[in-house]
Amino acid sequence: MLIRRPDDISSSDITPEAVYQNRRAFIGTAGALALGGLVAPSALQAMRFDSGTAGAFPGLQADDKLTPEEDATSYNNYYEFGTGKDEPKDQAKNFKPMPWTVNVEGLVKKARPYSFDELVGKLPVQDRVYRHRCVEAWSMVIPWQGVQLKDVVARCEPLPGAKFVEFTTLYDPRRMPGQARAVLPWPYKEALRLDEANNPLALLATGMYGKALPNQNGAPLKLVVPWKYGFKGIKAIVKIKFTDKMPNTTWNDANPSEYGFYANVNPMVDHPRWSQAKERRIGQFLKIPTLPFNGYASQVASMYSGMDLRKYY
Amino acid sequence: MRSMLARAESPIRRLIRPALWLLVIVPAIVLVAQLFLDQLGAEPIEALEHASGEWALRLLAASLAVTPLMRLTGWGWMVAQRRFLGLAAFFWAMGHLSVYIVLDQFFDWPEIVKDILKHLYITVGMLAFVLMIPLALTSTKSSIRKLGGKRWNQLHRLVYVSAVAGCVHYLWAVKKDLAEPILYAAVFVVLFALRFILRKPGPRGPRPLPPDASVTLPAA
Repeated sequence: MLIRRPDDISSSDITPEAVYQNRRAFIGTAGALALGGLVAPSALQAMRFDSGTAGAFPGLQADDKLTPEEDATSYNNYYEFGTGKDEPKDQAKNFKPMPWTVNVEGLVKKARPYSFDELVGKLPVQDRVYRHRCVEAWSMVIPWQGVQLKDVVARCEPLPGAKFVEFTTLYDPRRMPGQARAVLPWPYKEALRLDEANNPLALLATGMYGKALPNQNGAPLKLVVPWKYGFKGIKAIVKIKFTDKMPNTTWNDANPSEYGFYANVNPMVDHPRWSQAKERRIGQFLKIPTLPFNGYASQVASMYSGMDLRKYY
Repeated sequence: MRSMLARAESPIRRLIRPALWLLVIVPAIVLVAQLFLDQLGAEPIEALEHASGEWALRLLAASLAVTPLMRLTGWGWMVAQRRFLGLAAFFWAMGHLSVYIVLDQFFDWPEIVKDILKHLYITVGMLAFVLMIPLALTSTKSSIRKLGGKRWNQLHRLVYVSAVAGCVHYLWAVKKDLAEPILYAAVFVVLFALRFILRKPGPRGPRPLPPDASVTLPAA
């Protein structure tokens, strides 16, 4: 199924090709301009031009501009493989994601271990270009391949009482050296409400940029919920549990005042340390305004109608 | 021990200033080179921001290490290196702030003001920087003469507040893995503690410092 286009990435949101191809020069130029005469931001805004080249993936708009694959695979928050953003690429290079088993548990008809193929194999593979917005106020545009989460949920056959889906990352300090330090309470856990999990935008990614998912990006199975901050996108999933109570989630446990259960991208609600009003698209010099629900409001906002999003952040 | 130190003193005295210049300049050259060679990763602005902040803290620590070192060795001439290192820390802090204002926020003053007022770690970081300004302005020999050694020293105790604020700024900025900021804070704690340990009077206590070239500076 193709998702609706109107709220997908518009040309003005995308990193100009010239910028990402030669962005250090761009930074240098912008810096020189800035030092030279404190140019008004509008002058540089004008440098954000639209130019179209055909997308390399089916389902893309003609003018979609992706974050360079090199950046998306070398700038990673994945504490299981180190807390520095450059660490996961190196620390995860010997990680063997296959064979892989996912335990399906809780309020489902078919609670049992599934092999990777049983769980996601034979489901239709989706190509999705999504904005990825980190709570640290940076963002990327990433082409994912994967299956719709709702198809996986359906395959598990949840019981009528199931209201939430909890995901758990592999815990294996020998394979994930970052887990040797208790930076976070391991294993990492994340969760969605069942209606969020069944939203057509929610994806279980198995690949990106047309290749198998790299280890540092969460191989072999990563959650992608593009209207939420990146930390909701749990990596290396080994357990999917259906529950009737709201599960604990790792960042919410670690620092409840800063990271909520919902973590919907919201420019109106600041993180205590980072303003969420704007974001820097990786490879782009000027910050850009952050959109409510990361720009996917028309597809997801109805799920939160009547909720105070300052309280349920 | 004394004679060994006396022998060591003269080559150190001659070489220390060029060595300190290298310490301050080389990281800056390396960073700029990395920026233009695209070696700073996917987020070069963030990398510059972090590196400049860390160098400011390192040089601040180095400047605070001079006094205990002087007390241990009795080398009063090092007082000038203390000022040099303090000034170097100030310039790195200025670089850090410039990266934030120019590259990170691109002169978005409303956003910057909001950031400073609303996000406490930035408030504290600004405090650390602002407190360094009067110290940088009075880092010349003529300022020492005008203020008088005692008042100058009193004023420059602000560096302790600035150092604490700098450490808090770093601790607070980090999302979860506090290992590095804690390491920095520990270095400052040791440097502060050394001042108390080495201050203790007694027959084996530190010798009074010899007068500086132009002015007598009581030990800070």
